[in-house]
Amino acid sequence: MSHLETFLQQLINGLTIGMIYALIALGYTMVYGIIQLINFAHGEIFITGAFLGLAVFAALPSTLHIHSAVTLVLIFGAAMVGCGLLGVVIERIAYRPLRKAPRLACLITAIGVSFILQNVLMLIWGPVDKSFPAFFKHSALTFGTLRVTFMQGFIIITSLVMMIALRFFVTRTMLGKALRAASADMTAARLMGINVDKVISICFLIGSALGGAGGVMYGMYYNTISFHDGYLVGIKAFTAAVLGGIGNVPGAMLGGIALGMLEGLGAGYLSSAWKNVFAFLILVILLLCWPSGILRKSRNE
Amino acid sequence: MNKRAITAYQKKGKFSRWAMSAVVLLILVVLPFFNHNEYHLEVLVSAGIFAILVLGLNVMTGYCGLLNLGQAAFFASGAYTYALLNVKLGLSFWVSLPACVISSAALGLLFGSCVLRLKGDYLALVTLGFGEIIRITLNNMDSLTGGPNGLTVSHPLIGFADKSFDFGIKSMPYYYLTLLAIIVIVIITNRLASSRFGRAWVAIKEDEVAAACMGINTGKLKLLAFCVGSAIAGFAGWLFAGKQGFVSPDSFDFITSIMLVAMLVLGGIGSIAGSIVGAVALTLLPEILRPLQEYRMFLFGAVMMVMMLFRPQGILGGVRILEEFRPENERVRQEEDEVLGEGLKQ
Repeated sequence: MSHLETFLQQLINGLTIGMIYALIALGYTMVYGIIQLINFAHGEIFITGAFLGLAVFAALPSTLHIHSAVTLVLIFGAAMVGCGLLGVVIERIAYRPLRKAPRLACLITAIGVSFILQNVLMLIWGPVDKSFPAFFKHSALTFGTLRVTFMQGFIIITSLVMMIALRFFVTRTMLGKALRAASADMTAARLMGINVDKVISICFLIGSALGGAGGVMYGMYYNTISFHDGYLVGIKAFTAAVLGGIGNVPGAMLGGIALGMLEGLGAGYLSSAWKNVFAFLILVILLLCWPSGILRKSRNE
Repeated sequence: MNKRAITAYQKKGKFSRWAMSAVVLLILVVLPFFNHNEYHLEVLVSAGIFAILVLGLNVMTGYCGLLNLGQAAFFASGAYTYALLNVKLGLSFWVSLPACVISSAALGLLFGSCVLRLKGDYLALVTLGFGEIIRITLNNMDSLTGGPNGLTVSHPLIGFADKSFDFGIKSMPYYYLTLLAIIVIVIITNRLASSRFGRAWVAIKEDEVAAACMGINTGKLKLLAFCVGSAIAGFAGWLFAGKQGFVSPDSFDFITSIMLVAMLVLGGIGSIAGSIVGAVALTLLPEILRPLQEYRMFLFGAVMMVMMLFRPQGILGGVRILEEFRPENERVRQEEDEVLGEGLKQ
């Protein structure tokens, strides 16, 4: 395998995991953009998605073929709807009453919610790692020595479609406009007759649904999930959100992809034990030198 | 009411606070004589070490408004300094103390001088990243730190001529050592709070630009707060390593840092008593909830949520503000102004 091909292979592996980070990062960035809250519970929402997918898979009748599109749609649907509703409920119960409280209070509540979710996951699915079924036969497209598995292709394409749909929603629809208005200036948006509470709920709904989809993909890609996986992946996705400029939707997508690729290359060429250091090192260096992220937050006037 | 009355009032407040502290201290000192339960003492010692960490965090976050989500890194630096000095050079517990405090303060100085120009959430994120980098580095540097297996270090030892007393694995000696350590840190942070530095920190926290306009060197003072906070964390790390007799990266993870912030916020940001109450409450709570087994983290999270819902300023938070706005104090202030006005007229 030539150097170039190794490089490309690492890049593709990085791109796959980067897409998953990007999906989760969107949840962080949307919530931060609108209520300036680092939603610590988002990592747990993400892994809940993986568990919901697993539960639906277990409940499906065995006549459904494991590789069929129907199975995939059902699993993703359940994870996204489940997580979306979970996000809305959490916002309603935990964050809405604190709208006027000091910011640190919200942060502590978010940590509390994250503990609760972790505990609930552990109670339902037990403390041991769960194996996640592989949905694709181990077949791959090969270009010379370069391999792109169907799973990788599926993850990359599905995430892209979701992100494009989100972009369309935010820029082209009335609700998306309201969302942008509320994130620019909540009081002014309220004066213009926008139901800000509803907009925030929608923000949580979409962000958490994307996180849930990311969870299913994470499970598919790594084949095992555990109730405490949410935290580390959550932190990394958050790094990705910061990388792209927090509060910035296209930035989160780019940040996720960039982080995944950097991590893939770092793990491939240097050492995988230091893999997690790269993410945090990037976070620190980036914030010091370039605090507004890759894409500066631009507002449509 | 005149100036004498004001000082009398202040004296009264001071006296009741002293009396309160003395009573609490007395209870804590005699507690081990009535309760020999090793487990109870053990939990109290950890609560005490957390209290020291939170007091350090209080200097940064409570006084100066610098949110630090990586306090565990400075805690780790103190603990590992003792562990390495002990394992590699054979230095004793007591001799290593200055090195532990200095190494943490130096780490705080180094890191702080790079990142303190960031504000608010960005600062919090950088400290979070820093904390994780330190932990993973400790985990990966197997040859020096023993990696995830950690290092076994010796317990403290006091020698008097030919007799010596080993602290060993019993909790009782550590209980008194921790109590003493807390008293020292409380005195230091209390004096700092009412010093020129403390007042400058509060000014920076409230409005950095206004503070700079008043001639405060905000950069230097923020760095000082950061250094003091990290030095106190290093002190706690030294105590922790000696008490455990073992250090491993697991004790210094992100959750520890987060819990410290939670203790501070729950107890009441900016309050010394609040810091201690928060640390003790959040250390005892999971232990009290232990009979509920697997439900305890659920309840723990729920308590944090409910607490923030009904008392976002923390258990003892806002004492300073409340005291300033108490009606009788307000009256004192008005009369003071009147006296001052009459003085000016004459």
